[in-house]
Amino acid sequence: MESFFTRFKNVLVLVAVLLAQTIALAIQVRRPVESGAPEGNKVMLIRYWVVAAVTPFERFFLGFGRNVRGGWSNYVDLRHTRQQNHDLQDQIAQLRLEQAALAEDAMQGHRLQALLDFRQHYVATTVAAQVIGTSGTDLSRVFYIDKGSKDGLKPDQAVITPDGIVGKLRDVFPHTSQVLLINDQTSGAGVLLASTRIRGILRGSATGRIQINNLTPDSRIKPGEQVLTSGGDQVYPRGLKVGTIESIAPDPDHQPYTLISLRPAANLFQLEEVLVITGTQSELPAQTKKDLAVGAATAETQAEASRVAAAEAAAEAAAKSAAQIVADRLPSLHDPNSPDADATKAPDPSTPKPVGGIVPRPQPTLHPDRYTPGSAPPATSLQPGAPNSTGAVRRNSADDDTTNQPSPTTNLPSAAPKKAPKPAPQTQPQTQPQIQPQTESQPN
Amino acid sequence: MATHSYTSRRELEQHSFPPAVALLVPLAAVVLQALLPKPFPKLAILDLPLIVAVFFAVSRRNPVAGTLTAAAIGLLQDALTNQPIGVNGMAKSVIGYVAASIGIQVDVENMSTRLIMNFGFSILNSLLLFLINHRLLGLPGFQILWVHELIRAAVNTLVALPIFMVLDHTKRLD
Repeated sequence: MESFFTRFKNVLVLVAVLLAQTIALAIQVRRPVESGAPEGNKVMLIRYWVVAAVTPFERFFLGFGRNVRGGWSNYVDLRHTRQQNHDLQDQIAQLRLEQAALAEDAMQGHRLQALLDFRQHYVATTVAAQVIGTSGTDLSRVFYIDKGSKDGLKPDQAVITPDGIVGKLRDVFPHTSQVLLINDQTSGAGVLLASTRIRGILRGSATGRIQINNLTPDSRIKPGEQVLTSGGDQVYPRGLKVGTIESIAPDPDHQPYTLISLRPAANLFQLEEVLVITGTQSELPAQTKKDLAVGAATAETQAEASRVAAAEAAAEAAAKSAAQIVADRLPSLHDPNSPDADATKAPDPSTPKPVGGIVPRPQPTLHPDRYTPGSAPPATSLQPGAPNSTGAVRRNSADDDTTNQPSPTTNLPSAAPKKAPKPAPQTQPQTQPQIQPQTESQPN
Repeated sequence: MATHSYTSRRELEQHSFPPAVALLVPLAAVVLQALLPKPFPKLAILDLPLIVAVFFAVSRRNPVAGTLTAAAIGLLQDALTNQPIGVNGMAKSVIGYVAASIGIQVDVENMSTRLIMNFGFSILNSLLLFLINHRLLGLPGFQILWVHELIRAAVNTLVALPIFMVLDHTKRLD
């Protein structure tokens, strides 16, 4: 007998070790395996020991790496901070506008929910946590965070990022917690297709993809559709982003069901910080209410501004002269290439309307001379005592204020080219006694 | 004058390790395995604890020591996952035993032997994990992707060679 144990010592040790572990496995999986099911105290104790031994190293390396990165990013790599700040300010302004657009709908939806006595659970409190380590194997998609039961965390609480859901807490230790990712094989979540409102169950897979495999073929389900949490699993609050549908294919193992693969909204493979939802409430959180109020105020301001703009546009349209309407309708009188084309635009409302009806503009001069309208300088530019100035003054005096009128006695060939040719007046001088040069040059 | 007579490779080249190395290297392998996939998710394909378990088993050339060391490393790995404790423990116990038994028969200092050995043990580890999860635990959705496992074995083999060379310096001839 002694020789038997001596001879087969090695094999017997192996068998004993395997037997002991098989019994341990049998104890652990005595009940049906449920995702996230709590284990016996002894197993928890083993995990607790190992986690307590390993996580200090993980915390040390995480802290070291964070300090190095912080030293670099906070003191050395600040080259584009000003530009980035400017871009972010622009982004905030854009987001405020989007928020304003959505605030009205959100408030209306909330009022309707209240009318229907619909119990919506909103995220009330969260705990931010840092990812410190992983399981180390792709057969078990879990990671560890640096917050535990001392921070108010409990098993089965949802873990999210601003992009979407990540997973749920599985084991919670005093200062550390294990998070089960939604793409683990044992993971699951109740989901809702955003546009078709079809409910499904999300599951992880061996390849790390997330899939819905309990739906039959439906032509309404299309790739690109967004998937949200349904709230039916009592873990994830309703309405959180899960991902978008990437592909739809028949499930070869479970006919006639389809296999809908999703692209997760959150980057499950490179997580740095996460939020653990520690509490929900049926009322909107105070901050959200405040945000909605700000959004609604911005929306009202926008609406007021658009009303004012519409009123101005209406007044401008009303002030559009009949002459311009006729000019628009008579293409022969309207040369788009001429510099006078701008004159067909809506005039300044401050310009007095012509009295006495509509007078067509004269044809453009083929051979301009000194009598051509606009070729003579205005009387205000003439100097007393200059040659021919008397006649010019007399003539201009006779013309009274019509400074744009030609002066037959004025002969200033050197001055004429310096002045830009004045556009032909649209109305007779007596009907529009004073034309301000500034008014002509202003674009309408 | 005393004379030594060696009757087997085991008696010729049985090594031991300082307690600090025997304790800290497996722990470091488990910690590194948990840390590395965080900044580099693709490195989850590595199995540093397996490499260390194989190294200690083939170096000691003692199946009992190999079995127990590998079992302890596997259990450490299990404790960090969401799987029942014992899955990796059982798989690595078998590998530790086989590796130590091979170490008695084969020259494991040879580079090509190490190459083949690591590749083979990585595949064996995947096969054992599949059998334990699929047959013993009866997980219906558990499947094995053989192409992925071949890539895993190749990567582990490439990483194992330099690790073996570094750890060779810690050996102590009995």
